[in-house]
Amino acid sequence: MPTLAIVTDHYHYAITIFLMMAGLYIVVARGNMVKKLVGLSIFQTSVYLLYVEPGKIIGGTAPIIDPSFTVYSNPLPHVLMLTAIVVGMATLALGLALVVRINEAYGTIEEDEIFERDRET
Amino acid sequence: MNAVWPHLPILQVVVPLIGAVLAGFLRRAGPAFAVALAVSWLMPLIAGAMLWQVLASGPISYHIGSWPPPWGIEYRVDVLGGFMLLLVSTVGAVIMPFARRSVAFEVEDGQQAWFYCMYLLCLTGLLGIVTTGDAFNAFVFLEVSSLSTYVLVALGRDRRALLAAFQYLIMGTIGATFYIIGVGLLYLLTGSLNMADIAARLGPEWAGHSRAIVAALAFITVGVSLKLALFPLHAWLPNAYAYAPSWVTAFLSATATKVAIYLLVRFFFSIFGVAIDFRELPVTDIVIALSIAAMFVASVIAVFQTDLKRMLAYSSVAQIGYITLGIGLANQAGLTGGLVHIVNHALMKAALFLAAGAIFFRIGTVRLSDLAGIGRKMPLTMTAFTVACFGLVGTPGTSGFISKWFLVLGALDKGWWVPVFLIVGSSLIALVYVGRVLEVVWLREPSAAIANASDPPLSMLLPLVVLAAATIYFGLDTQWTAGIAGTAVKNLLGGLR
Amino acid sequence: MTAALSNENLAVMTVLTPFAGALLIPLFRRSPNLRETVTLVTAGTLCLLTIGLLGPVLDGARPEMQILRVVPGLDLAFKVEPLGMLFALVAASLWVVNSIYSIGYMRANDEPRQTTFYVCFAVALGSTIGIAFAKNLFTLFLFYEALTLSTYPLVTHKRNEEAVRAGRLYLLLLLGTSLLLLLPAIIATWAIAGTLDFTPGGILAGKAGVPVIAVLLALYVFGIGKAAVMPLHFWLPAAMVAPTPVSALLHAVAVVKAGVFTVVKVAVFVFGVDNLSSLGQSAWLTAVAGTTVIAASIVALRQDNLKRRLAYSTISQLSYVVLGVAILAPISLTGAAMHIAAHAFSKITLFFAAGSIYTAAHLTEVSQLDGIGRRMPWTMAAFTIGALGMIGIPPTAGFLGKWFILTGAMQTANWLAVSVIIVSTLLNAGYFLPIVFRAFFREPPDDGHGPAHGEAPWPMVLALTTTAAGSMLMFFLPGIPYALATLMMGR
Repeated sequence: MPTLAIVTDHYHYAITIFLMMAGLYIVVARGNMVKKLVGLSIFQTSVYLLYVEPGKIIGGTAPIIDPSFTVYSNPLPHVLMLTAIVVGMATLALGLALVVRINEAYGTIEEDEIFERDRET
Repeated sequence: MNAVWPHLPILQVVVPLIGAVLAGFLRRAGPAFAVALAVSWLMPLIAGAMLWQVLASGPISYHIGSWPPPWGIEYRVDVLGGFMLLLVSTVGAVIMPFARRSVAFEVEDGQQAWFYCMYLLCLTGLLGIVTTGDAFNAFVFLEVSSLSTYVLVALGRDRRALLAAFQYLIMGTIGATFYIIGVGLLYLLTGSLNMADIAARLGPEWAGHSRAIVAALAFITVGVSLKLALFPLHAWLPNAYAYAPSWVTAFLSATATKVAIYLLVRFFFSIFGVAIDFRELPVTDIVIALSIAAMFVASVIAVFQTDLKRMLAYSSVAQIGYITLGIGLANQAGLTGGLVHIVNHALMKAALFLAAGAIFFRIGTVRLSDLAGIGRKMPLTMTAFTVACFGLVGTPGTSGFISKWFLVLGALDKGWWVPVFLIVGSSLIALVYVGRVLEVVWLREPSAAIANASDPPLSMLLPLVVLAAATIYFGLDTQWTAGIAGTAVKNLLGGLR
Repeated sequence: MTAALSNENLAVMTVLTPFAGALLIPLFRRSPNLRETVTLVTAGTLCLLTIGLLGPVLDGARPEMQILRVVPGLDLAFKVEPLGMLFALVAASLWVVNSIYSIGYMRANDEPRQTTFYVCFAVALGSTIGIAFAKNLFTLFLFYEALTLSTYPLVTHKRNEEAVRAGRLYLLLLLGTSLLLLLPAIIATWAIAGTLDFTPGGILAGKAGVPVIAVLLALYVFGIGKAAVMPLHFWLPAAMVAPTPVSALLHAVAVVKAGVFTVVKVAVFVFGVDNLSSLGQSAWLTAVAGTTVIAASIVALRQDNLKRRLAYSTISQLSYVVLGVAILAPISLTGAAMHIAAHAFSKITLFFAAGSIYTAAHLTEVSQLDGIGRRMPWTMAAFTIGALGMIGIPPTAGFLGKWFILTGAMQTANWLAVSVIIVSTLLNAGYFLPIVFRAFFREPPDDGHGPAHGEAPWPMVLALTTTAAGSMLMFFLPGIPYALATLMMGR
């Protein structure tokens, strides 16, 4: 029984970690720069989950003080992740902009082809 | 004045931020440069005033929007913070005049205003990381500085700059995300993001959760180490430094990695060190081992470089090893040595990269084989370069010697003789790579290609000479470096368990 | 003048004078005559200043001055004590002679980059005086490295492949040993003793046991690469690619003597002689120094290149000084100090002669010197006196140093040292006397178009006869060096 409890209590961590590892793996394993950025985004998204999930208190309500409620969800993680999302979006935008420029300069966005072209010159 | 005085910590961040917006709106290179120069020259005054205040009357705590910590974001400047703020802003102020001509030469006309905008954003981020007492806020500033850095790197003329910037972006973002995961774990454990508050809440009663603490420590260490280019997480650095515009390289080498190191020191000694005795974990041993590996491997790689900027970049990786070694030693002399080396290395590496920039400005290349005999064509530039080189080797009379002195004392304090010889041994490899350049530069006959080269104009020469002079000055008078660093270390180690 | 100029200020001025000269020389680079005048005036001033300090030091004054504090406990400070005084006196007086010689040599051989040459020379001399007057190990180390760096451009003066390679070896060995061995030794000394000030009796006395002292002593002896103790001697023959005035003053006097001077200083004022002898450190040091003396002499026997032969002779003679230290008897230390002075005068004479032969006849090999004594009588007469000094035959000063060292070895019954001295004396004779014989008693080669050369330019001849005379004068009037050498042990 305790094993089951651990699974039911912690499954969201498993999802977070799975996303985290999947994202990181894509970044490392893929040579296509857009795919790398996709991986990076997934990796970052897993962090949003990591923060937001524990903020939800079971039975808690939105944190608007009212005498009829005593248990509130924690709003802070959401606010933090709003910032993190902005940062992540900026990173993605900049990364994609770079990919566009790289494509203009090299004519490809595959890492190994780029290295090859640099070696030629 | 009295109205401004209490708000210095926030001004430290807001002024460059407004400057960045202004520079972006001005669109033209000249006015944007003027803004950047004005901001850069104002910052050391603010930082100096704060350091003076901190030394006189203890740490400054500034509550954003008057929300007291741990609820509101706290800006906190202690001796270490003031020291770092002064370093970063002074380096910016000293090298800023160099930027005008160098940037005009290396960056396309339409992009120059954006260049200064990005520099000011980067400065905002770097100063913010040091000022803030909030772990999540530090992440935001880390990304502000990093994102603008990626842009700055990408502004290099060579198309490989784009690739370097992309690689840096990937690595940097992974690093930042690792950091934020670590901070998230700490937040889950303590419910707080204020650094001092986290340290207070992670007390002995959290011993049962030590595994989560260790995980947080590991994530943060790896994340920040990526940013500071601790060997073997340095892969992004050589390309980024080699292909970025010369001035950017000088600025980054002196500030960006150094601020990341500050963050590591902060987490090690003000948070984890206070909460748990992290010296019982193998963290310090790992850091020491990697530092020594950096000192040797990167130095040896530097010996075989054919491009001056790349060589200096690998040398940076090696020198960062000295600093992190001081952190790993974690005793009074060792950590003082590490912190002193932050300043000393910042100054001499900035001088070296500026010299490389000056050479590029005159002859359009920094390949070693093209530099034969340039010492006779650009005597002042190369004299300053040579002085900074001696600093790298750590000859007595230069600031590099002071760093080494403290580091060796720190190792001897622990009774470790082997690291003592490794420290001095690696500086011998530095002698080899530095000697290679100096030989080419001074002893070879100048080729026809550089016949018309001469020392750069005063606005470029002066920052270079000032930094080289500082390399000697801080080798003879250490009141401002080792003195303040020693005080900062005393505070840091005093808080350890 | 005397009232305003205390001994302390005089000492600091002495150190600063060559550096001031180095700053002035480039200003006159357009006019060689003025430039050389600056060198001569600087050298003359330096010589007068050191002589000015001599009286007070003999009277017991020990002027000291702290310039600045780098790190608490790590001071840049000077203190004039007898041994340093002796060294400074030798270096300063020989610089005057050497400057005259340099002018003759550099002009006669039409050397390029003469301004750089004179600037580096002045900096090197300033560093030498800094070493001589250093109050503590840190100051000494600072000037020690400055000396290495300032002589590097002189070694690579020719800028050809050979010179560059020699320069590499020079820098790597000298900077390498000092950074790798000497620096840790200094820092460890600081960690153990808590001070770096030279103190009679030694700052390490009673602070550490046999293993630590032995390791530290080894680090010092081998870390001081300038002393050219084997196997770290390769830089010295390599440095012979430099112009002869450099070999003469720097690689026979200033640089190498700075090395052995440091060894003596460290042995006496850091370890303490009594401390070392009670810890039984004499034997291995004697063996190391003795090996160097003998081995270098044997190598010298086989050198045909005159300057290389002189270089190996220098290596061997330097280890006499180390040997004098290793014997650890007060009288042998006096001998070591005397030998620093005596060897300086003799060896510089020999190098002057070699340079003079090169300038006048363009000969560099020993085998080419048949009958040269007839064409260059002054040069070869001086060479002979220098050679006698090397062997240690009266009436040259070389005899005195050897005599004291030998006496010390007998007193302490160090028979290894005694035999080393005897054997090496024979070897010295073996590699110097044939040259003298060749020069005077062999017929000049009759190849029909023999160069009709005479003596070298007069400044060079003047210089080399002066030093030869000095070497003999020191034998007849050893008062000042002897007084300084005996004073060094006290206080």
